[in-house]
Amino acid sequence: MPLVVRLRSVVCLLGRFPALAGVDLDVAAGEILLLTGPNGAGKTTLLRLIAGLVPMRSGEAEVFGADLSVDRRTARAQLALVGHETFCYDDLTVRENLRFITRAAGSPAEPDATIDRLGLRAVADLTHRRLSAGQRRRLALGTALVRDPRLLLLDEPHAGLDAEGRTVLHEIVAAAPGEGRTVVMASHELDLARALATREVRVDSGRTRLAEPARAAATETA
Amino acid sequence: MSVWREAGLVAGKDLRIESRSRVALAQILPFGLIVVLLFAFALDPDRGILARVAPGLFWVAVLLASLLAIGRAFSVEEQHNARDGLRLAGLDGAAIFLGKAAAIVLELLALEVVLGAGVVLLYDVDVHGVGVLILTALAATIGLAATGTLYGVLAAGFRSRETLLPLLLLPVLAPVMLGATRAFEDGLEGVPGDAWPWVALLGIFAGLYTAIGVLAFGALWEET
Repeated sequence: MPLVVRLRSVVCLLGRFPALAGVDLDVAAGEILLLTGPNGAGKTTLLRLIAGLVPMRSGEAEVFGADLSVDRRTARAQLALVGHETFCYDDLTVRENLRFITRAAGSPAEPDATIDRLGLRAVADLTHRRLSAGQRRRLALGTALVRDPRLLLLDEPHAGLDAEGRTVLHEIVAAAPGEGRTVVMASHELDLARALATREVRVDSGRTRLAEPARAAATETA
Repeated sequence: MSVWREAGLVAGKDLRIESRSRVALAQILPFGLIVVLLFAFALDPDRGILARVAPGLFWVAVLLASLLAIGRAFSVEEQHNARDGLRLAGLDGAAIFLGKAAAIVLELLALEVVLGAGVVLLYDVDVHGVGVLILTALAATIGLAATGTLYGVLAAGFRSRETLLPLLLLPVLAPVMLGATRAFEDGLEGVPGDAWPWVALLGIFAGLYTAIGVLAFGALWEET
């Protein structure tokens, strides 16, 4: 399987604090990789680095073969991140927020399929500010899915979701490899996340522990 | 997708947010009107002075209100970290700059129409040289919006962005204030021919900052 993510000795500073202190990580296409570790270990920074949202101080980082230090746009075109925030606008409706993302990705399609998949039909014409916390989490997932990414980055995706929302999330992550998607997620809901993950890497003090090559033969970069 | 279509997408998004939130209508416009009104109260004993200095007072009111509009254009990106969503959306930095600046231009032009009417009524101003006034307003507003968008993204990276933005922006906008005020004075005095050099200055300023914004905004948007 080709590599989707390849990190070597990546150091990332938040101010003077080394949020990542020499991370090595390979993620192969079709994997569902679980990042575990205590609060402040660097999981969020690692996901944001892969998404090209935080700069590296040193090291090598490639996503879909694109060097993140010189070309974030190529990588971003193929990935989506569900973070702690929704990345949405309070005064736009669910449909308008999703439509903006699809239009930005160059697609004229309406986001109805994503709205139905996430169970947001009843609130599709409500503004973001009127949504409950759980509905906002689903919308955040929708903003990622609507772009049909090849790499889905999920940061604490279970947080704030009700039982129905967790079921939807479970279905989406479980279906990802079959839909040609790779998933990297950080979660404290270990039982739920481990049921989905094909591999687990522990992040601690800005370093990856027990990290192993994604596949023995996975040396080819995508 | 072309840069122009992406810019249209960003401008449409910003204008939709403003039309729905009504911040421009309920806060920025009243703020501008209050500034115009305060000048009228302060200089009321001699209405002749008001009419003479009306161009300068009008542009001061527009400038102060534009600070709110520019700050607002970037504060909506901070809510729920929408800024990261916009980064991940893969839009060209130049398109984001042009879209945000275009939305600010349209908001400020609407504001100027209302403030202009207020100035005419409250300051007892006779309107002449409408063509020059319109061209001056267009060039000055594009300059304001382009510069404001460029400095807005610079200030957005700081915690004290609300107070930093005026500090960065007002000195840079001195040529716009000077050119727009002098062009309006010439237009209102019925000598529009004297206004053209000032209009040209405003056009050069607007073109220069638009070009700088198109080239530099993307990097600033990523790094701040």
